[in-house]
Amino acid sequence: MSMRKQFVETIESILPKDERLVLVLGDIGVFGFRKAFAAYPDRVYNIGILEQSTIGMSAGLAMTGLIPVVHTIAPFLVERSYEQLKLDFGYQKLGGNFVSVGGSYDYAALGCTHHCPSDVGILKNIPGMEIILPGTAEEFDSLFRQAYASGGPTYFRLSERENPVSYEVKFGKANVIKRGKLATVVAVSTTLKPVMEAVMDLDVTVIYYTTVAPFDTQTLRENCPSGKVLLCEPYYTGALAADIMGALKPKPISLDFVGVPNEFLDKYGKAEEHDKYVGLTKKNIKDKLEKLIYA
Amino acid sequence: MKHMKKKIVEAAAIAKEGHIPSAFSVLDILWVLYDRILKINPKDPKREDRDIFILSKGHASLGLYAVLAEKGFFDNKHLEKFGHYEGFLGGHPDRNKIPGVEASTGSLGHGFPMAVGVALGMKIKKRGNRTFVIIGDGEANEGTIWESAMIAAHHNLSNLTCIVDHNHSTDRALDVGSLIDKFKSFGWATHTMDGHDQEEIYKVLTVKSDKPKAIIADTIKGKGVKMMENNPAWHHKSPTEEEFKEILGELL
Repeated sequence: MSMRKQFVETIESILPKDERLVLVLGDIGVFGFRKAFAAYPDRVYNIGILEQSTIGMSAGLAMTGLIPVVHTIAPFLVERSYEQLKLDFGYQKLGGNFVSVGGSYDYAALGCTHHCPSDVGILKNIPGMEIILPGTAEEFDSLFRQAYASGGPTYFRLSERENPVSYEVKFGKANVIKRGKLATVVAVSTTLKPVMEAVMDLDVTVIYYTTVAPFDTQTLRENCPSGKVLLCEPYYTGALAADIMGALKPKPISLDFVGVPNEFLDKYGKAEEHDKYVGLTKKNIKDKLEKLIYA
Repeated sequence: MKHMKKKIVEAAAIAKEGHIPSAFSVLDILWVLYDRILKINPKDPKREDRDIFILSKGHASLGLYAVLAEKGFFDNKHLEKFGHYEGFLGGHPDRNKIPGVEASTGSLGHGFPMAVGVALGMKIKKRGNRTFVIIGDGEANEGTIWESAMIAAHHNLSNLTCIVDHNHSTDRALDVGSLIDKFKSFGWATHTMDGHDQEEIYKVLTVKSDKPKAIIADTIKGKGVKMMENNPAWHHKSPTEEEFKEILGELL
């Protein structure tokens, strides 16, 4: 099942159990949520194509004790409404959920207007913003149930692509997938797939992050004997660099990156073609890791 | 009113900060709201059945603080610490610090969408609480005002009243035209009033409506102080010692 279908199922399952939940769509996913619209017309809204007001209005819903879940395409949810996320939810300390689709270049063929590799980096600048990037549909379901009523603003980044295996994920906690001595790979969300392919015959540790804010410093600190870290992120590279340095200090570390470079990816095609261009591939991850270990 | 105006000028003079004319522009409206319209208990400001008021034009905060202090939400002495590092009354109101403040506003175009959300939330929860919001005509430049005006009309939020403090501060930048026609065409019930005539304010605020209600209040920025009235130089300025004496002389 895709993360998007899982999102519909998860919401459909929580709506009857939690009367506080209100779904607010930015004119996408309306067909997918048709059953929810029919069953809960007073708590499911297609509010229209006005993202800034949608976030502000959702903060108003939160003020009355409701739990809004706002859903639209990543650049419109995050970049267009950034000040509303920052002030109306972040500064006011209100609880709400923001579920995006089209992270980074998932909508490759639609071009740069529909790309959003900045989401994690800029949202991390909002104090208190929780940022969750599930790697599979099953992980989304689990993480959403754990965090949707946290009382703070929570961002869920859905991806069109998924890891082949689901892990038992806990909100705010990273999973150690493999233990080794020569380096530690921090694999965020869907980068775990190429990472696991790349490290098959390497003596390295792999730590899998599905929550990046708050950042789980403890798991990294306890699993980085080499001081060599390769950070693999499916968005603009380096968003977690300061967290990693902070977690490992005062130990001197070598840090290298695989992720999306800070440039407009103005080609179309498929997301996999962009992966190849930016180096989110088994080969590039393995090359970088070997350089980090043996250089 | 003069007593509250004096407090506002004193607070701004001590802090060397604050938007005095904006506060004077909305003071009569705020007073009528808190004195006669809003169902709200200063000693229990979070009561579930209260009416909600949001000052979307947050820079008029001094007006709100003077009224909240007068009604007993907090002690008048806090006004002397307005804008101070250790004070809790800032240049813009903060919901997590000040009893009686529902929304942290300041960036224009934020409070109104939140008020729309509160009104929708009350409707979802089938609660009778009413929501009131004040925006400025300058703030009505912001796209979110008109986005949210559409949302409120579409969902028929008859529990929402928006008062536009129309003191013409935007005239030098952008002609907003007829705000009455605009709100009407967005599907709102519309009214006008003299924003400094408290009887008229009360009358218009108590008119029943089966639609969201917009009230365009004709107001004067800096009302009651000649040197400030409609003088843009005073928008964000604190008085010198001489000006302070002159203003108090005029107010008392």
